[in-house]
Amino acid sequence: MTPEEDARFKRARRGRNLALALVLLAFVALFYAITIAKMVH
Amino acid sequence: MTVTAASTQALPAEWRDFFALTKPRVMSLVVFTGLCGLLAAPGHINPVLGFTAVLCIALGAGGAGALNQWWEADIDALMKRTSKRPLPSGRLRRTDARDFGVALSVASVLVMGLAVGWLCGAILALSIVYYAVVYTIWLKPRTPQNIVIGGGAGAFPPLIGWVAVTGDITAMPVLLFAIIFMWTPPHFWALALFVKTDYAKAGIPMLPVVAGEAVTRRQILVYSAILLVVSLLPWWIGGTGALYGLAALVLSGVFLALATPVALRRALEGDKMAPEKRLFGFSIIYLFALFTALVADHYLLGQGSLA
Repeated sequence: MTPEEDARFKRARRGRNLALALVLLAFVALFYAITIAKMVH
Repeated sequence: MTVTAASTQALPAEWRDFFALTKPRVMSLVVFTGLCGLLAAPGHINPVLGFTAVLCIALGAGGAGALNQWWEADIDALMKRTSKRPLPSGRLRRTDARDFGVALSVASVLVMGLAVGWLCGAILALSIVYYAVVYTIWLKPRTPQNIVIGGGAGAFPPLIGWVAVTGDITAMPVLLFAIIFMWTPPHFWALALFVKTDYAKAGIPMLPVVAGEAVTRRQILVYSAILLVVSLLPWWIGGTGALYGLAALVLSGVFLALATPVALRRALEGDKMAPEKRLFGFSIIYLFALFTALVADHYLLGQGSLA
């Protein structure tokens, strides 16, 4: 793997991990909101 | 760092490539019609649960879109319109696309079932299987009526949105399903008339390729006429007010008026296909306008008494 490929690999992995972290956080928030909504019912 | 066997095959994809797998442009129409079904339905839904329902519809559509691209990667590579997608251009591994599609689909159905209700979850699951298996894998490569059948998949969102509020399947959500079902063939065949060379190359039996232009043009007219009737039914059965009825009459009338020249003409060599492009362009406006009218009718007139 050339240095350029290595840099691209790391950049892509970092982007994927960030996106996954955001998705997981969003799901935590969503499930919290759903729980509250269900309890109010 | 060490080079693994997997990374020599293809560099790992960026998140954008996964996002592209979900067909974001198709998803925008799905979210819109799903939201309209939800807003036009009689009754009340907690805004959080309503948001969750629309989100799950979008996630399910994204999962089905990813599975569609996983299965069709070889075909997509042969067509100009689709050759830049992540799989045919080699930016993503096929198994990753498959797993991503399955994960999105399963998650959307589970969350829908738990948060909104299992009837909605079941219909969502049915719509995903319908698009990814019945349409993509089974019928699209086999029959020139593939678009008619595929239209069923796109017709589910307003039905699911409506059922999320009411909890049961009645005439109105089924009619919303029928409207999109009848709208899809003329919408797509108008497009197929001016891009048909690509489908021939990829071996997909699109109607203009298999049965010829004349048959396709006639079928466009037939479906446009049926669409006029079906789009008026929600008003006739008393499910909506006159605002929707009038909008449906005008919009479907224009649709039929634009479909007529398409049906009656024959394209000559070097034809610019202006009537076909006009019909295709209007068909998109049509769907947005009709469903906007449905929601506006519900809120302004409040006559949607028939659930």
